[in-house]
Amino acid sequence: MNAALSAAISIGFHGLAYAMVLYLISVGLSVTMGLMGFANLAHGVFAAAGGFVMTRLMNGYDVPFPLAVAAAFVAVAAGSVVIERLLYRRLYGADELSQVLMSVGLIFISVAAAKYLWGPLAQPMTPPAYLSGQIELGARSFPAYRSFLIVAGAVVVTLLWLGLERTRFGARIRAAVDNRRMAQSVGINTNRLFTWTFALGSGLAALGGALGADILAIDPGYALEHLVYFLIVVSVGGLGSIRGPFFAALLLGIADTGCKYLLPEFGAFFIYALTLALLLWRPQGLFGRA
Amino acid sequence: MSAALETHGLCKSFGALTVANAIDLRLERGARHALIGPNGAGKTTFVNLVTGVLAPSAGRILLEGADVTALPQAQRVKRGLTRTFQLNTLFRGLSVLENVCLAVRERLGLAGDMHRPAGSRRSVLDAAYAALERLGIADEAPRLVRELPYGRQRLVELAVALGLEPKVLLLDEPAAGVPSAESGIIVEVIESLPAEIALLIIEHDMDLVFRLARRITVLVQGAVLVEGTPQEIAADPRVREVYLGETARR
Amino acid sequence: MRATAGRDAAPLAVEAMARGHRLRAWELAPWLIAVLAYFVFPSYLALGSQILISILFALSIDLILGYAGIVTLGQSAFFGAGAYTAGLLAAHGWGEPLTGLAAAALVAAALGFLSGAVILRTKGLSLLMLTLVIAAMLQEAANKAGGITGGADGLQGMEVWPVLGLFPFDLYDRTAYLYSLAVLFLAWLAARRLVHSPFGRSLTGIRENEARMHAIGSPVFRRRLAIYTIAAALAGIAGALLAETTQFVALDVLGFERSGSALIMLIIGGVGRLYGPFIGVPLYMIAQDRFAQADPVYWDFWIGLLIIIVVIFARRGLLGLAEQLLQKARRKP
Repeated sequence: MNAALSAAISIGFHGLAYAMVLYLISVGLSVTMGLMGFANLAHGVFAAAGGFVMTRLMNGYDVPFPLAVAAAFVAVAAGSVVIERLLYRRLYGADELSQVLMSVGLIFISVAAAKYLWGPLAQPMTPPAYLSGQIELGARSFPAYRSFLIVAGAVVVTLLWLGLERTRFGARIRAAVDNRRMAQSVGINTNRLFTWTFALGSGLAALGGALGADILAIDPGYALEHLVYFLIVVSVGGLGSIRGPFFAALLLGIADTGCKYLLPEFGAFFIYALTLALLLWRPQGLFGRA
Repeated sequence: MSAALETHGLCKSFGALTVANAIDLRLERGARHALIGPNGAGKTTFVNLVTGVLAPSAGRILLEGADVTALPQAQRVKRGLTRTFQLNTLFRGLSVLENVCLAVRERLGLAGDMHRPAGSRRSVLDAAYAALERLGIADEAPRLVRELPYGRQRLVELAVALGLEPKVLLLDEPAAGVPSAESGIIVEVIESLPAEIALLIIEHDMDLVFRLARRITVLVQGAVLVEGTPQEIAADPRVREVYLGETARR
Repeated sequence: MRATAGRDAAPLAVEAMARGHRLRAWELAPWLIAVLAYFVFPSYLALGSQILISILFALSIDLILGYAGIVTLGQSAFFGAGAYTAGLLAAHGWGEPLTGLAAAALVAAALGFLSGAVILRTKGLSLLMLTLVIAAMLQEAANKAGGITGGADGLQGMEVWPVLGLFPFDLYDRTAYLYSLAVLFLAWLAARRLVHSPFGRSLTGIRENEARMHAIGSPVFRRRLAIYTIAAALAGIAGALLAETTQFVALDVLGFERSGSALIMLIIGGVGRLYGPFIGVPLYMIAQDRFAQADPVYWDFWIGLLIIIVVIFARRGLLGLAEQLLQKARRKP
């Protein structure tokens, strides 16, 4: 197999795994930003929290992997409801600066808390034995965990999209994102909808953070380090869109992996330039509404 | 001599929804023209199209004979096209005087000055103050707009428009939401506007319309139903059917 | 209708507006304090110059945020551009500080103009996003171009000549402090002039009600671009000051932390009041100097909490609170 094709497959594979993680984390952000119009820069905190819960349970208490991941999802979703009620709710409708600063404050608090509780280093994450090692696929071998990540990601995305299309909850979300006042006037309790959507989005972020600990290391500065990338996925995808961020995540994941592999001396520079170009061409994102 | 304002076949659609359908309107210099129609007829949309807030899907807009269809809003204002908003659109955190001063400075081309203190040009202050006096709200000059009752704010809205010394003035329901004390002043001011100004008023208050307008255009579902003198409109059965109802039987 | 009153009968409101720009006694207070500090705290002049530089940086953000209403998290792009410009000049043989400042201002202004021309066509979240992207781009470029910038190790080998040929940079930071103070003073004069000018007033209008500004014929985009460029130049000057006074440029001049903490300092003092930075910055930085070294985790936590409390309960900052108290005091008979 020639080198260029091999490199392309490698980039595609790892880029896809990265994209899955980015999407799982960012989809909640897209919906809550589109639904509540809230400039929430602290969304990465929930992803990091998911990673911390999972790794602490696995490393400190020998909790099996599937259980730890599920616990991360539930715990963070529940915790996010508390934060939503206590903090976010007060600033719906406030000016942009207030919202930005509030979320920055939240990031600071979470970074400090994480350092205090678990130290400044990244939490080690060792996947369970049955997901370690390599998988043979034809002439190539792929890391088993990343393969699992791609499959698991695809499953979650499919469930999510089906859920949003087929369930009443999903229909309410789509209605409220489309036109909040209209949704309220047909009797949708938007406050409760916000809370549930916020919980779902944060839970998904926790899932993405936990599952993706292999790619995005769980360290206290997580929320800040990856902030720009999460925001890129959401703004390029289109605020409020659920499918948009998926394609944006694919684009970003593969492009980033490719650039780091092929043009390491430029790093993320081209990613930012590409984002700039895309957002100037379509400020509302690929799937957003003008 | 070209008309002050003309629209030719002005159209606007949002997807399948047509909000403006081939509207032709002509405003002569010194016109006193009213635009009436049921709610949702597209009157404010028409003003938004003419002023440049919305881009038309088709058609042309001519200001004193010049095609301004592609010009941005601010440039149309510079050429003398001014409007007031249906809902007060003011600088609520600034004083009444400052609200009008901002407009006067733009008109005089002084607003881009980065050096001289804003208050040092007496010409600006005097012109702004004069506009406030015409509307009888000069004593409110130092108060913040948000402290004023809605009706008084409406007067500020009109003062800002006057501060621009327009050639063509579009008033979008100037008396809407205004108690009778203030609406009397508004009517007086409109009646005493310089005769050269071309005036287009959108109004629901038929007394006001028949008092101020020399020509009336009736807009229904985005299209012109009929245009004529107040007597013609009052007598037109189609208009009665659509809109006037009881009032027309006087 | 009453006849138009003449100039002689113009009432108080008009008079007040005509004199609104005149210098008031209390406006000299920060400068007196700054000069006093030079004599009273001779061992803290390094911190002092850092404070002065940060005030200038925060001032540059306040101009676009508090006056024009543009929320930005990427002002560090211009700060860093200025720092590296002055730094590279000094590291390659031209250490004259004043021309270094001028060059930094020019480069930062050019960057501000080009990026502003492109991103100021958007607003809200899109714009915020783009300010972040531009700053991230520059930081990545500086990081990767290690051969030029020194990368993560920082720019070494800067040699800055004496200010005006007379005042060399000394170990006690005396020159650094006075130099920064002089530059800040001049910048403040310019900013004050700008804010009280018709241009400055129109920025307030743009912030208060952009739709109205369009409707009075204001070229909104041009005005925003102008202030964005000016603010970028000021931020660049602040960055150059940092480079020249410390004779070093680290990558964090382009970092998010710098933009983020400047916003925090601004909101503590009060946004859009020109003097917010003079209150918020010293408070924050002195507190940081005292507490953060001892326990950075502690510091991050309490600052995070403080921001949230300020945003929810004291959104207009200390100056806003002071105004409220003054108004209440005036209302009492």
